[in-house]
Amino acid sequence: MVKRAARLRLPPLPRWAVVCIWVAVTAIFAAILYRLTKGMNHGILNPKGEIAERQRNLLAFAAALSLLVIVPVYAMLFAFVWRYREGHKRSYKPNWDTHKVYETIWWGIPIMIIGILAAVTWVTSHSLDPYKPLASSKSPVQIQAVAMNWKWLFIYPEQNIASVNEVVIPTNTPVEFTITSDGPMNSFWIPQLAGQIYAMSGMSTKLHINAYDVGSYKGLSSNISGTGFSDMKFAVRAMHQTDYEQWISTAYASHDALNETVYSQLRKPSINNPVALYRVISSDLYDTIIARYMHPDSSQVKTTEENQPSQTKLPTSQDTDHPMHDMGGM
Amino acid sequence: MNLLASILGDRMSWDYFWHGWVQFGGQAATIGGALAVVAGLTYFKKWGYIWREWLTSLDAKKIGVMYTVVAVVMLLRGFGDAVMMRLQQMLASGDSKGFLDAEHFQQVFTAHGTIMIFFVAMGLMFGLINLVLPLMLGARDVAFPLLNSISFYLYLAGFVLVNLSLVYGEFGAVGWLAYPPLSELQFSPGPGVDYWLWSIQIAGIGSTLSAINFIVTILRMRCKGMTLMRMPVFAWSIFATMILTLAAFPMLTGSLFMLSLDRMMGMHYFTSELGGNAMMYINLIWAWGHPEVYILVLPAFGIYSEVVATFARKKLFGYTSMVWALMAIALFSYLVWAHHFFTMGAGGNVNAFFGIMTMIIAIPTGVKVFNWLFTLYKGRIRFDAPMWWFVAFVTTFLIGGATGVMLAVPAIDFQVHNSLFLVAHFHNTIIGGVVFGYFAGLTYWFPKIFGFKLHERLGKLAASLWIAGFFMAFIPIYILGFLGATRRLEKFDPSYGWQPLFIASAIGTAVIGLAVATQLVQLGYSIWKRKQLQDKTGDPWNGRTLEWSVPSPAPEYNFARLPVVHSRDAWWHAKQGQANIYEGAYRDFELPKNTGTGVAIGIAATIFGFAAIWHLWWLCVVAVTMVVWVLVRRMMNEDTEVLVTAAQARKLDATRKAAA
Repeated sequence: MVKRAARLRLPPLPRWAVVCIWVAVTAIFAAILYRLTKGMNHGILNPKGEIAERQRNLLAFAAALSLLVIVPVYAMLFAFVWRYREGHKRSYKPNWDTHKVYETIWWGIPIMIIGILAAVTWVTSHSLDPYKPLASSKSPVQIQAVAMNWKWLFIYPEQNIASVNEVVIPTNTPVEFTITSDGPMNSFWIPQLAGQIYAMSGMSTKLHINAYDVGSYKGLSSNISGTGFSDMKFAVRAMHQTDYEQWISTAYASHDALNETVYSQLRKPSINNPVALYRVISSDLYDTIIARYMHPDSSQVKTTEENQPSQTKLPTSQDTDHPMHDMGGM
Repeated sequence: MNLLASILGDRMSWDYFWHGWVQFGGQAATIGGALAVVAGLTYFKKWGYIWREWLTSLDAKKIGVMYTVVAVVMLLRGFGDAVMMRLQQMLASGDSKGFLDAEHFQQVFTAHGTIMIFFVAMGLMFGLINLVLPLMLGARDVAFPLLNSISFYLYLAGFVLVNLSLVYGEFGAVGWLAYPPLSELQFSPGPGVDYWLWSIQIAGIGSTLSAINFIVTILRMRCKGMTLMRMPVFAWSIFATMILTLAAFPMLTGSLFMLSLDRMMGMHYFTSELGGNAMMYINLIWAWGHPEVYILVLPAFGIYSEVVATFARKKLFGYTSMVWALMAIALFSYLVWAHHFFTMGAGGNVNAFFGIMTMIIAIPTGVKVFNWLFTLYKGRIRFDAPMWWFVAFVTTFLIGGATGVMLAVPAIDFQVHNSLFLVAHFHNTIIGGVVFGYFAGLTYWFPKIFGFKLHERLGKLAASLWIAGFFMAFIPIYILGFLGATRRLEKFDPSYGWQPLFIASAIGTAVIGLAVATQLVQLGYSIWKRKQLQDKTGDPWNGRTLEWSVPSPAPEYNFARLPVVHSRDAWWHAKQGQANIYEGAYRDFELPKNTGTGVAIGIAATIFGFAAIWHLWWLCVVAVTMVVWVLVRRMMNEDTEVLVTAAQARKLDATRKAAA
């Protein structure tokens, strides 16, 4: 038994062979990945809206900046382990353990890179704040999104219609989403149009988007919300203004009313809801959904009102009101 | 029947034994594993041995070995969970539903995260600290040996509860941090979240106690001459880590306690209604959770510092910088927690602050990498297996660090938060940084504890397979994140085109599986060939620190004579003939006697956890009474130490030397 094991033992591979194997494996792997991802055009790297495009550019900038560190460190690592492997004839300084200038350099380089990125972070955290209205000659379309178990309800308060698991928007027009949840927390995300924001019960968050191109985009929840989480997805259909207006009027003319009974039916947990359209009768449906999670005693509602978001206020140019500011500091 | 009902409460039910055939596999594996251990110990008549030599031992090295064994068992289970997830996501495209339903899949990833963080990484960390910290400091033991044993048994109680959830009941299906309101009674009425809560609550208390123990050990137990700035960097990293643990874990305990009050007593800390606020929990849990990732990675940084200096046969470059960098990382890790929820809508100022604080951590981390590289520069590098793990670490961790800095920019985070990009990022840092570091440490210190080295070439093969498997498994996951894939999906629409990448990732996972198998073979083969691999010198790597100055395996008392040091890398200088670290006379010393106190407290804690999960309030009272009784009994016992006289110490030393 022992003898056989000894016979099977391979001789040690020469160093050049090890290097060749690693290079070959890496090349094959890269080629396979390239083949697999070729033609994929629906992610955050293929934005179809203003915000997603600026976020993509920022991602590319940060990646390029990090390459400034990664490339030299890789080069140094492989150069050092190769040059100073045991048996080399170069200088060996076992007690050399400090050098003021060198150490200043490698405290300095990361400080500079991070300094640049910090400045960019400060600026973009404000300019790409999801609460910030987008500059446009058109006034934004208001849509209220409600995460439910397990579907998305979209209410158009100005058009008095609502839809489930599908949201239709006009292209090249800013859209202001006001978002809450009637159940567990979810995260509202349309990768090709803009980054995500949480949908939380009893609270309201905002997201502004502006789609460039006509098309159907994937929308989903990225925060686990229970059994039907994987089906918390919706279609975003961006269309020209005239098509959009037509969709609105068809929706208003031909569909069921979303009254209290229908809403409580909708509120029951369900998976894979078909797309549905409703007329909305009550103008404060969204506020009712939020108020459900507020204190039942009305006097206390009043005292805490300041902390609660107001949905009825229309945005002004400076309006990036953050109902969550107080929460974030907790 | 009525009596039985009042004893068993209204929560327990036979239904919790049967969930389906896939779950039956888990039940069978758990029960089978436990039975195999019991049967093996009985058949080989090892119960007495295991009780006397291991379970009741207060020797830090033995406690360290037990931590490591438990952590490795959990690593295998956590890896099993990972394989299930990769298979499910590989299969479940469109009409194919895979083999896990949503509920079960969610339990699997919750268990995977919980197990890997609390029971694998924390277990390996405490294992390694116990194995080498006292030896490195020139101490015979930790400051509080019994507390050390109690910490281990609290960790073991958590381990038992997590695995019990496979057999009877269910596990949380809420993600590893169990955000409310999903984790509240309203949406998760079953015992799963309670299993999650109580297993980490109990293990977490053990971690807090350990932190106290190791902080005191470092401050009070160093040998003569070892000033703080002469401590090995590993000891410094443990010091930073344990301060973090002591400050952070009570926050975890508090948040879990409030969540359990919500669930058990109908309170409303984190519920949606009646004034509760889930965001409070998310803030609190991450105020623990972010320091936690540094708790895991700083000891690994300490290990790399020891490994690189030893194998480059050169002093660690920039010791002072390294210490400052460690402490800076420890401090900043408290100021970044909100980067885990930029998407909560906190606004530009708050997000920018936490984003910038986060990227500042990259500075000291970068400095550490440069210092390691310049330790290699002009060294004479031997490429033994621990060095392979170091190279594996730098090549992978750099990418994880870079993607981390990207995630730290809030405007980018909005696009990748909760996506598979994030999942790839933290696996990149935790596998590349933590896991590879702990493997390096285990390979490096193995001969000191067991007296023989692990097989070198199998170790190098394992490291190679781990690197290749890591990239093959996680580069596709990064790309999936870019394609808008969110985490925790048990199925997806085939039109997204994600399936080929999930298949590629599953193949990478298979390579990691090969790597793990290689490590198990390495362990088995090394035990079989232990005679050839024996470490006769006590210093197999030409080491620099005190643990290599004693014979291998290190004796129970560590040092027959306590060393006196005059510099950093004291053993290295002693070997160069520059100083003598063993001078002066032998002295009397005391060793702690074995005790079953820790075992008893562990059993009581397990019973308490089980009772709390199943709402058996009377049993909770019994368990608490048991703990108090055991502690009081222990306090009244004054015969807890055994004296070793100076003459005996001299004799022990002489026999050891003669044997070597």
